[in-house]
Amino acid sequence: MTPTQKIINDGNAAVDEMLVGILAAHPRHLTRSLAAPRAIIAREGPRPGKVALVIGGGSGHEPTFLGFVGKGLADAAAIGNVFASPPPQPAADAAMSAHGGAGVLFMYGNYAGDVMNFDMATELLAMDGIEARTVLTTDDIASAPKDRRSERRGVAGNVFIFKAAGAAADLMMPLDEVERVARRANDRTYTMGVALSACSLPQTRRPNFDLPAGEMEIGMGIHGEPGIRREALRGANSIVDEIMDAILGEMNAPAGDTVAVLVNSLGSTPLMELYIMFARVAERLDAAGLKIHASLVGPYCTSMEMAGASITIMHLDDELTRLIDHPCDCAMFQQGANK
Amino acid sequence: MSLLTTAGLVEIFVRLAQRMKDERDELCRLDGIIGDADHGIAMEQGTAAAAAAVAALPDTATLADQFNAAAKGFLNAVGASSGPLYATAFMSAAKMAGPRGAMPATETPTLIKAMADGIARRGKAVPGQKTMIDAWDPAARMAETFSEQAETSLAAGLAAMVEAAKAGADGTARMVATLGRAARLGDRSLGHPDPGAVSATMMIAVFCEGFAKAENAG
Repeated sequence: MTPTQKIINDGNAAVDEMLVGILAAHPRHLTRSLAAPRAIIAREGPRPGKVALVIGGGSGHEPTFLGFVGKGLADAAAIGNVFASPPPQPAADAAMSAHGGAGVLFMYGNYAGDVMNFDMATELLAMDGIEARTVLTTDDIASAPKDRRSERRGVAGNVFIFKAAGAAADLMMPLDEVERVARRANDRTYTMGVALSACSLPQTRRPNFDLPAGEMEIGMGIHGEPGIRREALRGANSIVDEIMDAILGEMNAPAGDTVAVLVNSLGSTPLMELYIMFARVAERLDAAGLKIHASLVGPYCTSMEMAGASITIMHLDDELTRLIDHPCDCAMFQQGANK
Repeated sequence: MSLLTTAGLVEIFVRLAQRMKDERDELCRLDGIIGDADHGIAMEQGTAAAAAAVAALPDTATLADQFNAAAKGFLNAVGASSGPLYATAFMSAAKMAGPRGAMPATETPTLIKAMADGIARRGKAVPGQKTMIDAWDPAARMAETFSEQAETSLAAGLAAMVEAAKAGADGTARMVATLGRAARLGDRSLGHPDPGAVSATMMIAVFCEGFAKAENAG
């Protein structure tokens, strides 16, 4: 098989070369831990008395996770190889560097590998007397039934969930409160996606799954994990309707409530298609009597060069609205004071 | 008496790294069917780092030092799921081997048992969930059987452990995953072996072949 085409130098060096580029491009926002080169720290953000929000996971989802490190959002991120959890050491170093004496909150997607490595990091931190707690994101409604929410994967909804928790920490809320907000944000965030073509790892440059031309996979995960069903590609409105039916059915929001919307590209799907999807999302929300308070459209949580998109809806309340509106200044995500 | 020496263990880790390098693409292919296609890469990088860490130790290192170095090397190189699981496995083996420069070859099956125990402890998996435990657990049971039955030759015992692991890994194709990333697939994981169980069988085979060689050398 012909290797997939990528602009890289060496598949094994891809993650580290990307990091060099990110640090060179965003010196005002980011620096790295001297102890662990894959622990990336916000230049502004960590400060005494503030809960440190530390996020992380595998590479290959950029701008998730590194792009969301900055004032008002995450204080640090630990990243691993492509689609693989970081080891415990960078996670512990990220926490150590961002720690302001008020405790650490680890937030990351619910994957077995991440849980084991971050739990080991928590054990390392405990030996230094640093309290670290964990909130796992589980917004992918296609990955397990509603009654098994705790088994679901964390995907693009991370953006809103991290944002809410980061704002809470930036507002100097104590660890208990930041944790409560993070759980509430996760409980009220729903994502579902559709994949149109495979991605490939830089080390293998082979498609990581086989999706025949003309077909799509509904509910596919952001690492190419198979989803719910595979079928012929349909029109945008029909795809959005299926996703929105699932989200609205589970969210069960009364008319008059407000939401935040993210229409996310999994990598190679262009803005044109995302906005075509957004038009239908807006129609569906309007029909349900729900008001859009905040919108994000673009590549926020990707899967290398996978084609496809996901829709995330966060069901807002007064507190979450305030936190979503809170300013942040990250390398790849900025929000002004009065948006 | 036949002995597993530190030189023998260095050699085993070199072979392990070579085996995972050779099998990388096949393991990635298997993982692509029910997972995210990176398992072969994790195993290649992890075992290469483990072998390098073991090789870098001074001559005075003990078997325990070697297993602990392998654990640290593997973990820091990959993270992922296999990192914590195999790091814990090797640390568990380090404890079993102890601070000695060599151990009787007849005791080597206890190392397989110790590794299986470490993996089960860290991953909290039980047999039947379509994970690497489905290869490690049958091998560990066979190791226990060997330790209790003095009449079995070591070579036969080690071969039986490898066979048990293989049968266990083959059996994962008939299981529905209930733990790990493939658990989200439900019935769609049926018919495909678990890549973690397949690589576990390869690792068990390399260790057992190395242990058998220790006996022949002795």
